[in-house]
Amino acid sequence: MAATGEALTPQGYIQHHLTNLQVCVTDEGLALNSKLCEGNFWTWHIDSLFFSVGLGVLFLWLFRSVGKKATTGVPGKLQCFIEMVVEFVDSSVKETFHGRNPVIAPLALTIFVWVFMMNFMDMVPVDWIPSLAAAAGIPYMKVVPTTDLNITFSMALGVFVLIIYYSIKVKGISGFVKELTMQPFNHWAMIPVNFLLETVTLIAKPISLALRLFGNLYAGELIFILIALMYGANWALSTLGVTLQLGWLIFHIMVITLQAFIFMMLTIVYLSMAHEDH
Amino acid sequence: MNINATLLGQTVAFLLFVWFCMKFVWPPLMNAIEERQKRIADGLADADRAVKDLELAQAKATDQLKDAKATANEIIESANKRKAQIVDEAKAEADIERAKIIAQGQAEIEAERNRVKEDLRKQVATLAILGAEKILERSIDEAAHSDIVNKLVAEL
Repeated sequence: MAATGEALTPQGYIQHHLTNLQVCVTDEGLALNSKLCEGNFWTWHIDSLFFSVGLGVLFLWLFRSVGKKATTGVPGKLQCFIEMVVEFVDSSVKETFHGRNPVIAPLALTIFVWVFMMNFMDMVPVDWIPSLAAAAGIPYMKVVPTTDLNITFSMALGVFVLIIYYSIKVKGISGFVKELTMQPFNHWAMIPVNFLLETVTLIAKPISLALRLFGNLYAGELIFILIALMYGANWALSTLGVTLQLGWLIFHIMVITLQAFIFMMLTIVYLSMAHEDH
Repeated sequence: MNINATLLGQTVAFLLFVWFCMKFVWPPLMNAIEERQKRIADGLADADRAVKDLELAQAKATDQLKDAKATANEIIESANKRKAQIVDEAKAEADIERAKIIAQGQAEIEAERNRVKEDLRKQVATLAILGAEKILERSIDEAAHSDIVNKLVAEL
């Protein structure tokens, strides 16, 4: 499975699986995974973007087509399923967030389904898509978008922007500044301390969101890869590997659902906190 | 594992997807769900009302049945009363009629008897005259004695 220039060692195998397909613009034109891309901000992870945008479009297309055909009478099985998901998200939002905001529920739905679908790419056996890509001449292919820190961070950043936007919209700039500076210690002398504490709290929100999802999925993917290493050894280890792979897969179904749910739930909680006056 | 432009691309995609979901995915699904919830609630309310209506109708029917029975009993009773009355009246009328018929009969009998008596008297007179004629045939001139005989007849 090693790409050009990498020896077929366990380290090489793992390294190959954890490398994104990178494209950056250099002086000599487009460069694929070249040394020139390192440290260059304008590098694009084509595989992460392809799978995440593809899955997002799939999600929106599926829900949109069901929504357009939705009957108010007896729903079909697909419509039932979609409505169950929507109802689940809607009730989660209503339990936590009591204000009126037309953005939060669709946002939560998008996050939940999209993150779940991206996580679900972890269920595809680790070598399938990279092998296909290699056969098609693509040297690197990282299938699970949520194992890319860029992907998780960008969603967390989107949520962060919304947190700040609604904090200012609901409480005004003065209210938001007051929230950052006048608590937990309501005294003018404590303003620097308060500001430090509250800023850390604020910044910690997107970072914890992004790192939690990334960490769980990255670790899960790594374990899949490590178990996959056993396949080549001998029949006993291969059998053990298949068993372990299956066990981890079943366990991982819970992890990916849970992580998608946690990301959605924390988004709702953070946004409802942004709507609350203290 | 470095942060790079992918972050920006994904952020744009994320915001676009959320916007699209908010505009085109969430409303139709939510509308369908809410519409159905409303219809189910209406259906349940209708069912409840129907049950209540049924109970009312049954109570009404029972009442009407009771009323009908009472009316029927009344009608039968009054009919019985009327029957007795009619029978009594008929009896009384019949009695009167009978008395009348009897009285009439007796009157007729009386008249007949008077007539017969008259006839008999006339016949007796005739017979008497005949007898007298037979007796007096040889001695009495009919013309000379008819006035006496007439006197006799008138006296009878």
